[in-house]
Amino acid sequence: MHKLSSRAELTAFRAVCKNAFQCEKTKILVCGGTGCVAGGSLDIYARLQELLSAHNIPVEVELADEPHGDVVGMKKSGCHGFCEMGPLVRIEPQGWLYTKVKVEDCEEIVERTVIGGENIERLAYKQNDCVYPRQEDIPFYKKQTRMVLQSCGHINSTSIRDYLALDGYTALEKCLFELSPEEIVQEVSLSNLRGRGGGGFLTGRKWASCAAQKETPKYIVCNGDEGDPGAFMDRSIMEGDPHRLLEGMIIAGLAIGSDQGYIYVRAEYPLAVERLRIAIRQAEELGILGDSILGTGRGFHIHINRGAGAFVCGEGSALTASIEGKRGMPRVKPPRTVEHGLFNKPTNLNNVETYANVPMIINRGASWYKSIGPENSPGTKAFALTGTILNTGLIEVPMGTTLREVIFDIGGGMRGGTRFKAVQIGGPSGGCLTEKDLDIPLDFDSLAKVGAMIGSGGLVVMDEKTCMVEVARFFMNFTQNESCGKCVPCREGTKRMLGILERITEGKGEDGDIESLEELADTISNTALCGLGKTAPSPVISTIQNFRGEYEAHIYHKRCPACQCTKLKVFSIDADMCKGCSKCARNCPVGAISGKIKSPFVIDQSKCIKCGACISNCAFGAVREEA
Amino acid sequence: MRKDFDFGVVDEILSHHPANELSTIAVLQDIQEHYHYLPEEIFPRVAKALGVGEARLYGVATFYENFSLEPKGRYVIRCCDGTACHVRGSLPILSKLREQLGLSEEKKTTDDLLFTVETVSCLGACGLAPVLTVNGTVHAAMTPEKALDVLRALKEDIAKEENSHA
Repeated sequence: MHKLSSRAELTAFRAVCKNAFQCEKTKILVCGGTGCVAGGSLDIYARLQELLSAHNIPVEVELADEPHGDVVGMKKSGCHGFCEMGPLVRIEPQGWLYTKVKVEDCEEIVERTVIGGENIERLAYKQNDCVYPRQEDIPFYKKQTRMVLQSCGHINSTSIRDYLALDGYTALEKCLFELSPEEIVQEVSLSNLRGRGGGGFLTGRKWASCAAQKETPKYIVCNGDEGDPGAFMDRSIMEGDPHRLLEGMIIAGLAIGSDQGYIYVRAEYPLAVERLRIAIRQAEELGILGDSILGTGRGFHIHINRGAGAFVCGEGSALTASIEGKRGMPRVKPPRTVEHGLFNKPTNLNNVETYANVPMIINRGASWYKSIGPENSPGTKAFALTGTILNTGLIEVPMGTTLREVIFDIGGGMRGGTRFKAVQIGGPSGGCLTEKDLDIPLDFDSLAKVGAMIGSGGLVVMDEKTCMVEVARFFMNFTQNESCGKCVPCREGTKRMLGILERITEGKGEDGDIESLEELADTISNTALCGLGKTAPSPVISTIQNFRGEYEAHIYHKRCPACQCTKLKVFSIDADMCKGCSKCARNCPVGAISGKIKSPFVIDQSKCIKCGACISNCAFGAVREEA
Repeated sequence: MRKDFDFGVVDEILSHHPANELSTIAVLQDIQEHYHYLPEEIFPRVAKALGVGEARLYGVATFYENFSLEPKGRYVIRCCDGTACHVRGSLPILSKLREQLGLSEEKKTTDDLLFTVETVSCLGACGLAPVLTVNGTVHAAMTPEKALDVLRALKEDIAKEENSHA
């Protein structure tokens, strides 16, 4: 493929791709996201290809320059979001979705679906005795508005031709040939797009202030260090539709006057790194990236930096330090990153989802974008919906959708019919929301009012069996581990808070602990150096606010209402069920169980260390645990 | 420190990266990928080649969680303890694996250098929670029992290999 050196050449090449895309009458999209790959989707992909060629059916993996009649398009797509049901296979043009596909099912798919054109009901998704052959009809998808994730799952994620066939790089074209840098910044400003990485800062304002900097060179940096446990939106975009991210970054470069871009990706996302590398190479080969984009003389280069496992590198100044090859530690601000960022030069730092929103804003205009969701917080937001919920996965809804709709309509309610207790939003920096908050619209401003934040978009749903003190301990343990150690409030304060929480969950809580936690939280959030430290106490504060009773039960009554804290459990042997086999006594590491063979055994509570060995060793289910 | 350390691999890796501080993390990552840890012998060599102080290089190596100065096992089992995995019961899986291999939070690698068990904050495969990875391969929807099956399969692989060598 030779380099495209003008707008006309790109348009012509796009037409070739579109034609080839349409010639693929049938498309088989096998999900190649991390989730489905773990379930064996690559074997399914290989097997389908093998079977198709055995049946002499012409297959096309990459769109051809000159398509010959009917071919079946085989595509390794990005994440469909419904990881729970994976591996997933989508069939077009019917829009059928096959769930939990196994290699053994491939033969039937080829014979009945590809050749016979019929749906295989047993592979279709079912919910409440209803069968949903079409992906778009499934309740999980029906209530979603997929805009940023539009192509994720619908195109070959390693093909620039597929991206072009669905009007890819048209926004870049417009920015190169029709808009001035000021006009690009203005369009983004008018759209009210807000940064998707957590704070929700106005993207247009950031771009404008970076564009206004006199110093050169300037840098465009993309934060793909999605470290929040329980969040994987950015991973899915980088894996499933990498060109959308590249397009957004190149446009930012044009707007701000930068020709160097860096993507910082978590080390835990090897597949994202691989797909991005492929995408960058393809764009360079076509002349969409490089010294002179489409022959305009304006250049842009993108580099990939792999993280090395430090959550704090999601913070702007820590991230740029890490790219520079240093320890990833935040520094005091101001000066802000737009003034002194990477290599101490003006830097525009946005996260993956933010950049991925840009192409459609340019294509369809700011006023269209603002019409979706609340005006001050427009657009859609991708959320990673996980926890004890029926349908877990990656979803995208307009800002302003309520939690109730997300959890009960899209998520299908609680798993196993348990009761909803709380949802943790915004990861270790966010808070938890309860039943009373279910009708709060999910947008930046409404959530800030109740002390929560969207963060990067992790939604972890918890049922009545979850102990909220333990959840608070879990998050504090995480931030404590990830604290870089530079400032005292975070380094020492989180340690003290974790210590108190550990004592409480072990039944050693004391009067005054809740007050100490509150005081420490107040100090840390007011004095820590960076966002990680400032927000570290949020999960503790919000669980105290919403579940003070649970803390008190642990501290004053030494019991865990959710029956989760092992150290607070009481183990006993049901005399009626015990056969007196002595297996528990033999396996007890501290000799707390005694008794006579063939008569019920007894646990000495003063010796018991609550390890649970007796439960796992009892063949008759005679050992009970109670809160 | 070994006197006879072979720097061939390190020099080869260094030749693929620009010789400056910016390459620090990438070079260390490549070295770790080869040795599964960072041997102490490499520090003077890499520091000199990249033009950074040894102390600074050591600072970077100890700051990031992914770098290990201790040799790791042939099979690195990473048990995800992200929020989604945590609420779906990742801790019992972790304890079971540790118990089975005689490991703990402090002792992460078995003495025969076959297994390393560590936790990871989030693998981004939350839809499949709880998950663990063995040398990067994801095992989904784990339970303590299933984790033991995974371990058993690995041990069988090792035994088979030893037999074929014998």
